[in-house]
Amino acid sequence: MSVAMPKPSEAVLDRRDEIVSALQAIVPGEGVVDATDEMRAFETDGLTAYRQLPLVVVLPDTVDQVSRVLAYCHRNDIPVVPRGAGTSLSGGALPLQDGVLLVLSKFNRVLEIDYDNRSAVVQPGVTNLGITKAVEHRGFYYAPDPSSQIACSIGGNVAENSGGVHCLKYGLTANNVLGIEFVTIEGEVMRLGGKHLDAEGGYDLLGLMTGSEGLLGVVTEVTVRILQKPETARAVLIGFPTSEQAGECVAEIIAKGIIPGGMEMMDRPAIHAAEDFVQAGYPRDVEALLIVELDGPQAEVDHLLAEVEAIGNTNGAVTCRVSQSEDERAAFWAGRKAAFPAVGRISPDYYCMDGTIPRKELPKVLAGMKALSEKYDLRVANVFHAGDGNLHPLILYDANKEGELHRAEEFGNDILRLCVAVGGVLTGEHGVGVEKRDLMPEMFGEDDLKHQQRVKCAFDAKHLLNPGKVFPTLHRCAELGRMHVHKGQVAFPDLPRF
Amino acid sequence: MTERSASRLAEAQSPAPPSTDASRLYAPDSLEALREIVAAAVSLEEPLAIEGSGSKSGLGRPVNTAATLSTAKLTGVTLYEPDELVLSARAGTPIAEIEALIDENGQRLEFEPIDYGPLHARERGLGTLGGVLACNLSGPRRVKQGAARDHVLGITAVSGRAEVFKSGGRVVKNVTGYDLSKGMAGSYGTLAVLSDVTIKVLPKSETETTLLLRGLTDEEAAGAMAAAMGSPAEVSGAAHLPMLVARRVAEGHLGDEPATAIRLEGFGPSVAARDAYLSAALQNVARLERLEGEASQAFWRDVKDVVPFADGTDKPVWRVSLAPTAGHQLVMGLRRHAAIDAFYDWQGGLVWLRMESGDAEADLIRAGIAQLGGGHATLVRASESLRAATDVFQPQPAPLAALAKRLKSEFDPAGILNPGRMG
Repeated sequence: MSVAMPKPSEAVLDRRDEIVSALQAIVPGEGVVDATDEMRAFETDGLTAYRQLPLVVVLPDTVDQVSRVLAYCHRNDIPVVPRGAGTSLSGGALPLQDGVLLVLSKFNRVLEIDYDNRSAVVQPGVTNLGITKAVEHRGFYYAPDPSSQIACSIGGNVAENSGGVHCLKYGLTANNVLGIEFVTIEGEVMRLGGKHLDAEGGYDLLGLMTGSEGLLGVVTEVTVRILQKPETARAVLIGFPTSEQAGECVAEIIAKGIIPGGMEMMDRPAIHAAEDFVQAGYPRDVEALLIVELDGPQAEVDHLLAEVEAIGNTNGAVTCRVSQSEDERAAFWAGRKAAFPAVGRISPDYYCMDGTIPRKELPKVLAGMKALSEKYDLRVANVFHAGDGNLHPLILYDANKEGELHRAEEFGNDILRLCVAVGGVLTGEHGVGVEKRDLMPEMFGEDDLKHQQRVKCAFDAKHLLNPGKVFPTLHRCAELGRMHVHKGQVAFPDLPRF
Repeated sequence: MTERSASRLAEAQSPAPPSTDASRLYAPDSLEALREIVAAAVSLEEPLAIEGSGSKSGLGRPVNTAATLSTAKLTGVTLYEPDELVLSARAGTPIAEIEALIDENGQRLEFEPIDYGPLHARERGLGTLGGVLACNLSGPRRVKQGAARDHVLGITAVSGRAEVFKSGGRVVKNVTGYDLSKGMAGSYGTLAVLSDVTIKVLPKSETETTLLLRGLTDEEAAGAMAAAMGSPAEVSGAAHLPMLVARRVAEGHLGDEPATAIRLEGFGPSVAARDAYLSAALQNVARLERLEGEASQAFWRDVKDVVPFADGTDKPVWRVSLAPTAGHQLVMGLRRHAAIDAFYDWQGGLVWLRMESGDAEADLIRAGIAQLGGGHATLVRASESLRAATDVFQPQPAPLAALAKRLKSEFDPAGILNPGRMG
């Protein structure tokens, strides 16, 4: 794949040796990686079609080192790409040829667990699942659960505002983070929030930082909300002859006031791929399969399962199976969770998309995708966070076949345009990164994007943090700063007044 | 001001008497008119006070401008799809109107925004949707379901550059670009004027029960609330009303004895099971009473709206957010130095403080918060002169304050929008 990145600075490239030495002075020992073969491990993230060796890799292990590295890069106009576990699916951690790759993986300690205040203070390199592991002996867990949770880091979760299967009920990262410490590109260490609510009580800088994809600051500590695990959880598999009926069932569940812990949909190609791979017990003769998980007190789960079953039946379900044991519940999920690798078995390559749509538009979007699939002559399998309208179409292609990768990309772009056209958005949880960067104008006008970039200017006026991501065109902050309203030259309207 | 623009301003004010009218009120009824007023203000270098209905003019520092821009005529729900759990409305739409509409469909705003009316000796129900987001309001359910910031899906606004921008959308899961919708939360109209807001709505709970633990000290209550919040009982409210405060809610039915309240909401069988679980766990802690249904709702509405301090005075009232287990410690410490009245929401993490002497004691309170691990104190009621003389919002460390200032000047370089409101 090719994507235009900012032109590398010759001045920076020419000074590489000097930069490496300066960084070694800040981060001693093995914290600076500059050998090409060792840097290979960092040349890509979860979006493996894009690769680029960084100028140099730095792995600091103290906040002071992070601060000094950033201040040095700021003084010397060197771009910096922050990286957590490198699981981004949108190329958020794609290195730059003239950029320092700042890897936070050594920040891997849980610093404090405070059960009375239902919070945990962790370093950014702790994995998402690592937080749950640290508190589960007391029955607690950390709710957002991106599918990469075994590997992805909480710092990356903050950068991407990660979601997961359970965010319909429990919210995204932004709703579960109480505070952060971050370092600005100038090397200034800032703290937002803590164990209390509403962070600063003024501007919601925490809300702006969350999901900013490493363009505003480098997160060095995170305070998260931990929750007591629900008493029980059970799942029900409901199969439908059409995706419309499945969509109706989802709408009716929600209309009845039921917010399931998780509500996933798979289409026929995804069902078959998953069933072939893990034998989850999915019905093969349905067009759409719902997995609805209800969690909470036993009494609530029993009560709601009966309601959900009834709703399924009135909407034409042809199969309906409630998990009878924890093993069976796990089996129901095993197919869904293995959907990506399952599709990987039936196609040499696949490309995972991430649009969100209003739920009611699902039939229209699925029909549109089918037409696009014929147009581009590529297969597509769909898994779908049905409760919140987040689609993950998997486009099947073969990178070794001339032109297929390009077709897959174009197909993906058309799917996202379709999502936007029906009132949805380009990305629900994977982020813009480099992948969807050039599609941003599909969703935003020039003034919309300029206001986003003005936030960037407040944090990083020199555009040194993760340049080339999120924004299709970079405006210099001085240029963005100009006021376009000229004194005495505005058309003055007839002002409505009391 | 140029002669040309001065004549335009006079024209704009017409038929009101030009320039002698010290408080001109502009109330555009369209986004374009809103943008043009901001553009005019920028061009004339004339700062604007920004308000919805003006119901929260007592919040924040006083804004002294000759002109006010109100969104009160930007009204109406523009989209409401109950099955999609989404509602869009113009920013000036009364929040009470929205709550009534969604109530008809069995839905509610999960973040349960406080109505500052009672505290400020005004009627209830005057606030607007834009004001709710701009002040990032929430209520007792904040501990479980978040604040306005957690429920906003998208916005359209006019920045101090007189440019219209939008952010977000109408779907819950969206990480496309920076979340400027959250950026508006708590910005008190100092970054942009909201014209449209899209929010998430959720189903009302089928039933609710409040367990009341009677007679606990503040410290004991903090322990009981922590135990309840840390249990699987999915508590959606945890408040403590100390001695003499309890009488001031629910029309006095609770009497003087301290009341520690734990709210359970949901489907009938679920609430019953959780009630049984918690009652068993807490039965040895204190004597238990219950508020069911409407009595429970009335209780929490009074807690949410700070009714215990709705005394018709302008005695200073602080809203303090800190770690839940630190709330009672702050109050205990403050009592040694000042006459205060206090009660707690958010498991003790939200402390409402009334300063009985009339002094704000900002430094004392903030020093106490800092000693207890941090948080913030906002002066939410005080006379105008006291608000002008006090840091109403929590002062930030210099680097953070500088960052906030840069953000302000990016969005409002001419300082047109609500100058001085946030200090």
